[in-house]
Amino acid sequence: MLGQVRRRVRQPPQQPLAAGEVTSDDDLALPTHAWRQALWRGRWPLIFISPFFILFAVFNVYPIAFSFWLSLHDWPGLGPMDFVGLTNYVELSHDTIFWNSMLNAALLFLIYVPVMTFLAVVIAAVLNSRFLKLQGLWRALIFVPNITSMVAAGYTFRLILDKDSGALNHALVLVHVSAVPWLDDVWWARISLGLLMVWAWLGYNTVLMLGGLQTIPPELVEAAKVDGATTIQAFRRITIPLLRPMIVFSVTISIIGTFSMFTEPYILTRGGPIRATETPVYQIFTTTFQDLRFGYAAAESYVYFAIIVAVTLFQFWSISRRDPVR
Amino acid sequence: MRLTLDRPIAYVAIVAVCAVMVFPFVWMLSSSLKPFSEIFAGTTFLPEHPTLANYQSLFQQNNAVLKLWNSFYIATVATAISVFLCSLGGYAFAKFRFPGRGLLFSLMLASMALPFAVVMVPLFVMMRNVFHWIDTPWPLIIPGAANAFGIFFMRQYMLSVPDEMLDAARVDGASEFGIFWRIVLPTSIPGLISLSIIFFMSSWNNFLWPLAILHSDSAQTVPVMLNSLQGPPGRTAFDVLMAGSVVSVLPMLALFLVLQRRLVAGITSGAIKG
Repeated sequence: MLGQVRRRVRQPPQQPLAAGEVTSDDDLALPTHAWRQALWRGRWPLIFISPFFILFAVFNVYPIAFSFWLSLHDWPGLGPMDFVGLTNYVELSHDTIFWNSMLNAALLFLIYVPVMTFLAVVIAAVLNSRFLKLQGLWRALIFVPNITSMVAAGYTFRLILDKDSGALNHALVLVHVSAVPWLDDVWWARISLGLLMVWAWLGYNTVLMLGGLQTIPPELVEAAKVDGATTIQAFRRITIPLLRPMIVFSVTISIIGTFSMFTEPYILTRGGPIRATETPVYQIFTTTFQDLRFGYAAAESYVYFAIIVAVTLFQFWSISRRDPVR
Repeated sequence: MRLTLDRPIAYVAIVAVCAVMVFPFVWMLSSSLKPFSEIFAGTTFLPEHPTLANYQSLFQQNNAVLKLWNSFYIATVATAISVFLCSLGGYAFAKFRFPGRGLLFSLMLASMALPFAVVMVPLFVMMRNVFHWIDTPWPLIIPGAANAFGIFFMRQYMLSVPDEMLDAARVDGASEFGIFWRIVLPTSIPGLISLSIIFFMSSWNNFLWPLAILHSDSAQTVPVMLNSLQGPPGRTAFDVLMAGSVVSVLPMLALFLVLQRRLVAGITSGAIKG
């Protein structure tokens, strides 16, 4: 499998040319008539990919442009739009509720992603070991929360985590630990949200890690053990470094996932207590559909977008700096 | 010695993790069979007085059949259209060279990093004021019909379709669309199944956008219906809500049991090859 991956990454597919192909990939130096000819020859693939680009233009590019126009107005969603210039952005710059939601997302990320990634790596390693029986069953059971409706799961977690009648507090009291205000305390509510996220996404990340582990030749680990390394040493020195690209991928999607969270806080905590679990998307949603401030919500979307782009670029930058080969 | 210690620890760990994963499902099912008062007494694990009244109320008072149908209809149509358009795009990127391919491919991949929330507000305004699509399935079907993830996924799959087969068909005078329809699609069936499950499940479980679009009771999908069962603090009908949760989870569980291998294979291949 690793060989396959390498081949695909390093060499662009070398297929014999057929109808609708030109010899060079992006030959921008072609004269106009040659371009027209190339376009005509390439009409079929261009037609085949056109649905994506048409829908992308209509339902992504245009709305993003329109959103900027919208963000320069005060508008309750109906009736005339009131041009206000950059007022929305000025207000947003010192809107503590909005920045609080950004901070919440960052805190949530720190609360659950390290735990989830660690567990995913360890569980994947256990699932990958040869002696383990019923591998498929365990994998399925760990993965199953990921296919569950988050609305259904969120309400179930609300019952389980209920301070007075919840199953978890009942269990804690049984083992003589005092009950925990899971959903009624600022920090516990964030931790509860983290628990829900780990529950929902652990299986997905474990499957990713398992896929990564299966590209590592077992001989490497065995050779290390022959040389006297313990299981843990071999795992830390050989498996983890080789798994690093997959860990980076998983953390990257977790960043975007955490900043895009909506259903989880909306169902589990309704953003509370005292806005401790409001996320940026939750904020954009309530600004739009409860406060009916469409212009302001558009400004929020823009700032949110800028932050996501900045975080993603920073991540790519830090990966390429630590890993110049890639 | 090392091995004899490793094994029991591994088994204990894996069983413990699986128990935690499964527990909410057990609690959901058990609560759905309890009368309201028993849910909040919180004293019993299994229902003391098991009842199907919650399910009865769900189907009789909340018209759950209609909402299940809405969810099913939207997920089916969205999946069928998306899988078709994504295969078409994936085929073009996997098996053709054409001017601007590299640029268009990068642009498409970059669009994957665009969170939905960025376009939610303007898209909602478009759907309501321009298309008049509020309370219709179309906003949940059309905008995402050809998406970057699906095209990339199918491209990875179709890279392995042998070129000789396509060239032979061209020599025989098959049309380009005919080659796609009669040769490429049938050889990509496992990939099509993986992508279909991923699309169907994400449509079935989708909440944010349906919540924004589907306002009237009769247009609701199952997750939106569950949300509408929530009342003011302390007044939420958790008994009916749990019955509804079970009903929303069961079809996905059945699908997962049957097609688990394809789903997991799909997730892994998308990440490793990418």
